[in-house]
Amino acid sequence: MPVSSTHYLFLSLLLFSIGIMGTLMRRNAIIIFMCIELMLNAVNLLLVAFSKIYSDADAQLFVFFIMVVAAAEVAVGLAVIVMMYRKVHSVDINILNRLKH
Amino acid sequence: MGNFSQLVYLVPLFPLIGFLINGLLWNKMPKSLAGIIGSAAILASFCVSMGIFFEVKSASFHEPVIVNLFDFIQSGKLHIPLAFQVDQLSSLFLLIITGVGFLIHVYSASYMSHDEGMVKYFAYLNLFVFSMLLLILGANYLVMFIGWEGVGLCSYLLIGFWFKKREYTNAAKKAFVMNRIGDLGFLVGMLLVLYNFGTLSYKEFFTTLSATGASMPPATITAITICFFIGATGKSAQIPLYTWLPDAMAGPTPVSALIHAATMVTAGIYMIARSHVLYSLAPFTLNIVAIVGLATALLAASIAIRQNDIKKVLAYSTVSQLGFMFLALGVGAYTTAVFHVMTHAFFKALMFLGSGSVIHAMGGEQDIRKMGGLGKKMKITSVTFLIGCLAISGFPLLSGFFSKDAILTAAFAHNPVLFGLGVLAAMMTAFYMFRLYFLTFTGTFRGTHDQEHHLHESPIAMTGPLMILAILSIIGGYVGLPEVMSEHNLFNEYLAPVVKNFGEHHLSAATEWMLMGISTGASLIMIGFAYSATKSAAFPESTGIAKVLENKWYVDELYDTIIVRPIEALSGVLDRFVEKMGIDGIVNGVGKTVKWGGDRLRMLQTGQVGFYIFIMVIGMLALFTLSFFWIK
Amino acid sequence: MDIYSILFWFLSAMAVGCALGVILSRNPVNSVMFLILTFFAISGHYILMNAQFLAVVNIIVYAGAIMVLFLFVIMLMNLNADVEPQKGMMIQLAGVISGGTLFLVVLMGLTTAKSELIDPRSSDIGLISNLGKVLFTRYVLPFEISSVLFLSAMIGAVVIGKKENIPASDKTEIV
Repeated sequence: MPVSSTHYLFLSLLLFSIGIMGTLMRRNAIIIFMCIELMLNAVNLLLVAFSKIYSDADAQLFVFFIMVVAAAEVAVGLAVIVMMYRKVHSVDINILNRLKH
Repeated sequence: MGNFSQLVYLVPLFPLIGFLINGLLWNKMPKSLAGIIGSAAILASFCVSMGIFFEVKSASFHEPVIVNLFDFIQSGKLHIPLAFQVDQLSSLFLLIITGVGFLIHVYSASYMSHDEGMVKYFAYLNLFVFSMLLLILGANYLVMFIGWEGVGLCSYLLIGFWFKKREYTNAAKKAFVMNRIGDLGFLVGMLLVLYNFGTLSYKEFFTTLSATGASMPPATITAITICFFIGATGKSAQIPLYTWLPDAMAGPTPVSALIHAATMVTAGIYMIARSHVLYSLAPFTLNIVAIVGLATALLAASIAIRQNDIKKVLAYSTVSQLGFMFLALGVGAYTTAVFHVMTHAFFKALMFLGSGSVIHAMGGEQDIRKMGGLGKKMKITSVTFLIGCLAISGFPLLSGFFSKDAILTAAFAHNPVLFGLGVLAAMMTAFYMFRLYFLTFTGTFRGTHDQEHHLHESPIAMTGPLMILAILSIIGGYVGLPEVMSEHNLFNEYLAPVVKNFGEHHLSAATEWMLMGISTGASLIMIGFAYSATKSAAFPESTGIAKVLENKWYVDELYDTIIVRPIEALSGVLDRFVEKMGIDGIVNGVGKTVKWGGDRLRMLQTGQVGFYIFIMVIGMLALFTLSFFWIK
Repeated sequence: MDIYSILFWFLSAMAVGCALGVILSRNPVNSVMFLILTFFAISGHYILMNAQFLAVVNIIVYAGAIMVLFLFVIMLMNLNADVEPQKGMMIQLAGVISGGTLFLVVLMGLTTAKSELIDPRSSDIGLISNLGKVLFTRYVLPFEISSVLFLSAMIGAVVIGKKENIPASDKTEIV
């Protein structure tokens, strides 16, 4: 069975869903952050697959930009987590229920 | 002779300036200066009015002069300028208003000098004169309506001038509401004119009307005239809207003299006289006008017989005299009505100011049962008041005699029954006026010792206007001598270019003399009767018809029962069920539902980020499911 | 089964397996290691599809820089011990079920999608010279803007991470 776009669709979807599950299951903010990175990568994979199918370089550039944004996001996000750890000595997101009040 | 009619805008401008000065500087202005400014403004207007009057009277004046100031409404085909019209009718009213108005201002300056609100009083009074002049001068119905509303406002403000007393403010409200009912009629009439003729300007409207009036459906004309007449009944206190005027006596006495006797209440007569072209096309309405006028004259005169408040008697007398004027209008004798407006303005202003002088001397007492013998202490007031009484009773050769006689003659020519009832009303007039005079000025004093000690003649600023008005009351009638006495009726000839009487009948000289004799004789008999009735000066508890009269035919109570109470009950029901339960229920219900729902939905807000992500995923799922499986 | 297919299946299995490892391992350090392996697998996919530049960048930026940053933070906080409190079984089950349902729903939606074969032959669009040409012609403005984004992210990170000078009296108010 030759590899087709459907295979890549399924693979990305699977990785994306695993990312979602991780986000929902874990309480550690860093793990949740990592799951978000996983989801971004799932999307990147799909973009590259379609770039290959349609011989279009634009999609690969979009992947490039997604990486840029992800890197910036990680820098800020980790700073926030560090701050949070400094205040409450925990990275458990269940402690962050201030939105209720 | 300068070209005064082009300067007509000055006439209302002076009172407006006076109003602005007194109104804006009310807390800084010394009282005496306020009186001087107020009176000077009216005097200036009076001088310009004189100039206009003589110009209009001169032979070179033919067409009415219309002075356009600016466009008031300019919308599509509708074009309503703020314009003034100078002609015989308006110039005559100008003289009456500014002349009598000036005398009353001078009188007020002395009468109100002890009142803390004097500056405010003069501001209102100047505003009133301004509005009244606008009403008279307007070259279209809209300008008249602006003035019409303005005088209504000022009347309200001045009736409730001593607003600290509850009953006075109630009287003011009553006047305002009653006037509003009439104003609605006027407004509807105006809109009907606008709808049917496309113009509100007198000149265009009357020209169109005389050209095509006969072809207009009579129903339209009748509807317009009835609507205008409703407006007139409100402003001029005719049945069924007259009950505000006696209550309006709550205001200061000079106000009663100016607004509620001499000028504002005659606005209805002016309006109908102005629209005489229209009314002449509607005989049906004219009959109604005559009947309503006569009924008002009789009803008010009968009530006045048993009133004991000096101002109430004069108020009902005013209502009754206004009824006479409407009778004159109804029989088509427009100029006669205007003639009576003029003479009435003289003698009724005189009597109101006289009563003000009496009240001033009595320290605020208005009950004639507690007066008596004032003639000895207050010579000028007494004599001038007597002249006023004689004039209104139709004593020969005084002004009231000529105007009232002219009305009665015209009524006889129209229908002898109207004449008979008119004479009856005139007899009652003579009776109650002289009952008032004898009780107040002759006999012995019946008040307290303090009051007797306090009695004094009023200062010259008050007696001066009384004397001038007394002279006018005597000679004012000679401008309109009936045809049997003089070849020329100067008054009718003066007004002839603008006001044409309708259905004029010519009576033989003998008949006229006879009518004159009947009415005069009847009045004189009633004066004698009044003298004998008041000689004892006893006031037994009234019974039977007298009690009914004392209670004003229970008309206020009747209105209260058939109109006020049901409306209040209906409002109560609406308030309880529609407002409180219905509308408030809906409004509060919306609030309660949202609050209830919020209370429940609040449970969802756990504040935990994980839960929010979970909900977000569920939402995504739902959207995907929808988009993939339902929306194709 | 050609070599292309074999590599595809191998890398796919590796990616999915390591991704599961990320979310299932109790120790955060292990999670980071699994994630790095996942990224390697994805980079392998990029090479399969002739996107050599992206494959390199993915390893350098993601596996090299970002994941080292993660690891650094975890070490800093001393989270390598398994101290993370666990969610209740029901909630974990709900997470798995909703994630799985999402997978199934999208899968169902994609069954009608047209399947395009991947040409195993090499192409040169993923080469750095080609990407460079496109990036510095059509996408030069977004490229410049992304540098501004980086700058602001850097400043933001510094500002957020800075130690606040809290007056002594206010200290008690901060939880």
